[in-house]
Amino acid sequence: MSIPQKVISFKDAGQYFRDGMTIMFGGFMGIGTPAGLVGSLLAEGAKDLTLIGNDTAFPETGVGPLIGNKRVARLIVSHIGTNPETGRQMMAHEIEVALVPQGTLIEQIRCGGSGLGGVLTPTGVGTVVETGKTKLSFDGVEYLVERPLRADVAIIKAKKADRVGNLVYERAARNFNPIMALAADLVIAEVDELVETGAIDPDIVMTPGALVDKIVLAGRD
Amino acid sequence: MQAKEIIARRVAQELKDGYVVNLGIGLPTLVPNYLLPDINITLQSENGFLGLGPLNGQEPLPNLVNAGGQPCGMIPGGSFFDSAMSFALIRGGHVDATVLGGLQVDCCGNLANWMVPGKMVPGMGGAMDLVTGARHVIIAMEHCTKDGGSKILKQCSLPLTCRGKVHLIVTEIAVFRVDNGLVLEEVGPGIDIDVVRKCSEADFRISPTCRQMTI
Repeated sequence: MSIPQKVISFKDAGQYFRDGMTIMFGGFMGIGTPAGLVGSLLAEGAKDLTLIGNDTAFPETGVGPLIGNKRVARLIVSHIGTNPETGRQMMAHEIEVALVPQGTLIEQIRCGGSGLGGVLTPTGVGTVVETGKTKLSFDGVEYLVERPLRADVAIIKAKKADRVGNLVYERAARNFNPIMALAADLVIAEVDELVETGAIDPDIVMTPGALVDKIVLAGRD
Repeated sequence: MQAKEIIARRVAQELKDGYVVNLGIGLPTLVPNYLLPDINITLQSENGFLGLGPLNGQEPLPNLVNAGGQPCGMIPGGSFFDSAMSFALIRGGHVDATVLGGLQVDCCGNLANWMVPGKMVPGMGGAMDLVTGARHVIIAMEHCTKDGGSKILKQCSLPLTCRGKVHLIVTEIAVFRVDNGLVLEEVGPGIDIDVVRKCSEADFRISPTCRQMTI
């Protein structure tokens, strides 16, 4: 039995992107966002995208260039404050923005990838966040029912991969990445370093290779 | 002494040895400069680590930034984790205190600090989770807006970050505890209670032990 070839070029990665897709992206203010895959998405011309991730970073970092180039129709994020262009498009009704508490967003993604129907969280009770949501009360505490989130494609960033897709992240660039690797039909990981299978100690693998469908090597074609 | 330094110095007195603390961006990040002697705290950064520290003039490491996206340092014994772990720590009561800025706080312990409709809509980021899960929620802010309007209100008019979760409000002229309404615990250096009353829209009770801040 041969191991499926997961390592592809950025050009090959482009073929997986389509208009109207829902795409999850790792990263926190661009740290841990796969810049090369954002470039592939731009080059491919995919538009009317729904993006799910923590924030829209700055105009030139993270998914900022996708916002600036009007590729995004809808955003599900916790924060847009550092990218004035997102705010401008939102005010001009050019982009639909759903703002979600960060801890709720990551749990929705975790649910989406873990076979769970949702999560109960006290976060947002008594605020606009509860609008339209089911509220449940247990032992005197009110909770919001937050439903799972999934995507067609997750683009994630890691420090290192082996050829079966086991991933290791670096410092604060881990953030949303390992959770998103659970929650999309196709998971593409951009990595700084590719090592031979077996070269990563199984004890330090942070995302199991079975979750990663394709690997691209940062700085290559 | 500038208002921000008074606030940061006073908030620092609330942090006990061994606390795990999450600081909001802006004024709250000044607080570690004024920790009391023999107080060691561990700072949590919601982008995924414990042990946030200053750069101390060192070259920044790749992929090491604070929750404001700025390069930072890390103290020995720190640890990195993903966002699910980070917010499990926050919501799950594993963070002893959070210090956040505020646009408005009211006498019910409600906080508004994440948006001004039509003007500023940055998003709540991790703030709603922090105020929900941290064991002590401390709001560090200047008492009045730049136009001189009170930020200590009968009822917040801006969209809320949380309902009834604030424990302590520290401004440059007052320390309020939230306990079935506001209780004035301390006044700022050289500040008369009447000044606090004039600058606060909300009514408050005066603690029998009300005193001047020692900073």
